[in-house]
Amino acid sequence: MPNESKSDELKQDELVKIDYKPPKKDWMDTPVHFRHGTYIYPAKAKNLTYLGLPNPREWSPADEDWKLPDNWKDIILNGMKERLDKYRSFKVFMDICVRCGACADKCHFFIGGGDPKNMPVLRAELIRSVYKGNFTAAGKILGRLNGARGLTKDVIKEWFYYFYQCTECRRCSVFCPYGIDTAEITMMGRELLTLLGCNVNWVIEPVANCYRTGNHLGIQPHALKDMFEMLLDDIQDRTGVKIEPTFNRKGAEILFVTPSADYFADPGIYTCMGYLMLFHELGLDYTWSTYASEGGNFGLFTSHEMIKRLNAKIYAEAKRLGVKWIIGGECGHMWRVMHQYMDTMNGPADFLEEPVSPITGTRFENAKSTKMVHITEFTADLIKNNKLKLDPGRNDKLRITFHDSCNPARAMGILEEPRYIIKNVCNNFFEMPENTIREQTFCCAGGAGLGTDEMMEIRMRGGMPRANAVKHVHDKHGVNRLTCMCAIDRATLSTLMEYWVPDVKVTGIHELVANALVMKGEKERVVDIRGEALKEKKGEDNVR
Amino acid sequence: MKLLVAFISVLVLVAIPYLGITYAGMSSVFGIIVPYAAVIIFILGFVYRIIKWARSPVPFRIPTTCGQEKSLPWIKQNKLDNPSSTTGVVGRMVLEVLFFRSLFRNTKTELRDGPSLAYASSGWLWLAAIAFHWSFLIILIRHFRLFSVPVPYFINVLENVDGFLQIGIPTLYITDVLLLAAVLYLFIRRIAIPQVRYISLVSDYFPLFLIFGIGLTGVLMRYFYRVNVIGVKELVMGLIALKPNVPADIGSLFFIHLFLISALFAYLPFSKLMHMGGVFFSPTRNLANNNRMVRHINPWNYPVHVHTYAEYEDDFRDKMKSVGLPVEKE
Amino acid sequence: MYDSGKIITGLVLFVGLVTLPFWYSIGKAQVKPDPSLNTPVINQMKVKHCIESKQFMIDNHMELLNDWRNAVVRDNKTLYVSTTGQSFTMSLEVTCFHCHSNEKQFCNQCHSYVNIQPYCWECHVKPAEEIANGH
Repeated sequence: MPNESKSDELKQDELVKIDYKPPKKDWMDTPVHFRHGTYIYPAKAKNLTYLGLPNPREWSPADEDWKLPDNWKDIILNGMKERLDKYRSFKVFMDICVRCGACADKCHFFIGGGDPKNMPVLRAELIRSVYKGNFTAAGKILGRLNGARGLTKDVIKEWFYYFYQCTECRRCSVFCPYGIDTAEITMMGRELLTLLGCNVNWVIEPVANCYRTGNHLGIQPHALKDMFEMLLDDIQDRTGVKIEPTFNRKGAEILFVTPSADYFADPGIYTCMGYLMLFHELGLDYTWSTYASEGGNFGLFTSHEMIKRLNAKIYAEAKRLGVKWIIGGECGHMWRVMHQYMDTMNGPADFLEEPVSPITGTRFENAKSTKMVHITEFTADLIKNNKLKLDPGRNDKLRITFHDSCNPARAMGILEEPRYIIKNVCNNFFEMPENTIREQTFCCAGGAGLGTDEMMEIRMRGGMPRANAVKHVHDKHGVNRLTCMCAIDRATLSTLMEYWVPDVKVTGIHELVANALVMKGEKERVVDIRGEALKEKKGEDNVR
Repeated sequence: MKLLVAFISVLVLVAIPYLGITYAGMSSVFGIIVPYAAVIIFILGFVYRIIKWARSPVPFRIPTTCGQEKSLPWIKQNKLDNPSSTTGVVGRMVLEVLFFRSLFRNTKTELRDGPSLAYASSGWLWLAAIAFHWSFLIILIRHFRLFSVPVPYFINVLENVDGFLQIGIPTLYITDVLLLAAVLYLFIRRIAIPQVRYISLVSDYFPLFLIFGIGLTGVLMRYFYRVNVIGVKELVMGLIALKPNVPADIGSLFFIHLFLISALFAYLPFSKLMHMGGVFFSPTRNLANNNRMVRHINPWNYPVHVHTYAEYEDDFRDKMKSVGLPVEKE
Repeated sequence: MYDSGKIITGLVLFVGLVTLPFWYSIGKAQVKPDPSLNTPVINQMKVKHCIESKQFMIDNHMELLNDWRNAVVRDNKTLYVSTTGQSFTMSLEVTCFHCHSNEKQFCNQCHSYVNIQPYCWECHVKPAEEIANGH
């Protein structure tokens, strides 16, 4: 796999020689250097054109000339003014930072890399300095003494470099005494860069795909169906149960939406098989959609407008199909959008009904306006009401820990539901140290559109705090499986584990549910949902 | 360099009233005009800044959740760190504003050999911040004794509690010591921690020096070089009754103190010290996490280009039909 | 969402609080302290002079009394020699109140005005005005 060879080029002992001491030179005098492994390739012109985004062109961040439009300065300053007027968050966060430094060592990129501009406070100063220099009297008069500076092309380059070295994970915002949220700053920075056509392809291509085909990976409806056939064959092969889900079915009670990565690639597919098996076992009246075939939303990593453009299809499809409510699968940033943006942007969902579990009768009052329920809320409720027959012993060869994904933890607070499920479907569960889980969880370092191979060095550095905590429980409790409920995590943590803690594999929660779920008419289960032997051989047992 | 500029600025602010009073006899400038101007700038500036913030809407509800959400009835919600009701938000804000809840979480990250990362709780910044802000507030309230006749009873209580150690004559106030010590600590950590020094600006050092200067002149007046406190009160009472007059022989030290305070008040609305008002405005803290329960309205929500289902079906109709997916138009 | 109502309420409260001293002083007479020397003993003095100069006493009476207290209670010394060479018994009741027998018109004038609460009276008996009058 290309991932392995790429991360193998990085030597771990080199990587952990981190100098946290900032350079002598002032940060304003330190221009960025685009080094391989630290930046993402630019958005291809065809993708920007398809989406109607500005300044499509061929260029590279490593070039001297970025081919910005002639009036680039006006575009940025007008763009800033517009956003200062539209977002109180932006205006307040520009004004009230006292530079106490509490956020500095909370960012995984700073911890793993030591670059001072990856301290959240300085990441914000990159844009705050321009704000001061152009929008405040004190900054205009005192200039650099007050941390103000003019807008130059080097500033744009710096923004591009560092706003694509932030995963919008919001960990710093937990510790900030004023709740300054770097995710909000980074989102503004990226919106402004979008106005100049300075996007990365790893974000813009999925956005373009999603716009056209309904999902990030660009899977067309017929291919999507084929993929599901493969998953269904595997399920039948491993459990003996034949499942026939429906797609684009009008009149279903529930629409199910999950990230496309879940039905596209290992290890997400095992989680997807878990959903299929669970819903089948329940006899749930639900449907998949090929149009709303993406729960994720890379618009979140582009601009607020793009969030809305991509998210619109969820409610539109629910309305078209006439479902009553929606369940959403395991994903991180998807839930940031569904929870904090969808209803405001594309609601009100008055054509849907307040979600009620048809199995348990539980009314999901916390979703009464959005009408969208998180799958772990749904499943936890099933287990609590004894609606599932579970054999946690089937997961006994796994020694499990749980990674709280950034957005479910810090934008929702969905912390206990996943743990409740895990504890009911497995017997060996171990928490990572408390400063690395729940609201203090560390990012996988591949979120917000950074999970690409060309960013490998930054990802392995930024992922070090997460990997280190996993290694801790691996060494202490023999943990060999890292559970998470995020599609980006499942992809990026796999790479991260291969590099830092190779004995640990990554899994979704509903993969564990799939293993433990005792189904009607199933054959004797000798393999898990991955097709690997359920029990370790006798000899190996004795070793432990 | 930045530190020096800030330091010299404060020295200049000390020199101006000293020279003005000692050599030019401008006591009515420093005793009347400057404090009036400072109060007016402070109030107008503060209101202006708040209204400026208030004119931008909060388009999305984006609380940072720091605990369990409200979901199923049998899962215990963390009502303070992840509030879903107005009461909860008020509780969260009270903790934040009065006790610096978020700063209290502060940890220090250490990279050890192995590599192994260790996180220790780090309370010093929180402690210094709490000591500083609370001392400042109590000292400010204590000054009400110079602004009121008769002095309200609660001021007596505050003074007695603050001075309960009964050290020296006049009695030493604990908050005086705490304030100076805390400012000193905040300054030292700003220059001693390399990362913090790297991000520090003139506008970070300046208020520290200014407030230290205010505290120091206050302490000097109270404990060492006494000024005519009766005269001070006469001056203050004249100011607030809008019948200003400056009694003679107050002492230049007082005018330095007053000038520095005036400088602080006039400077506050145009500086990072506006965090005093801003802390109430942070949408990651002051909103309930009831996103899926109550729809948040964005006043500028506008229609956007979307790829409709009809367009999608037009793109893929044949392929959909080929695998038996239902279509709207044949 | 603007929350204008909450913001305006908060602003009004804040401005009200900041300007509280102005409101509080409205309609209250400005009474300046006027310590009175009108006691029988002082009236009989030819040269009206305290144990030290007036300015010294204004600035330092609290420390002087504190020193006296320490000298008498802890070191068993009772004699104070002033800068002019005169000797006085270090005693609040015997020396100070001998002349200043009018606490309300003398001490309290300033102490009340600037809210100073000396803890003299935790031990000492206040000079009763009738005793002063009887002398």
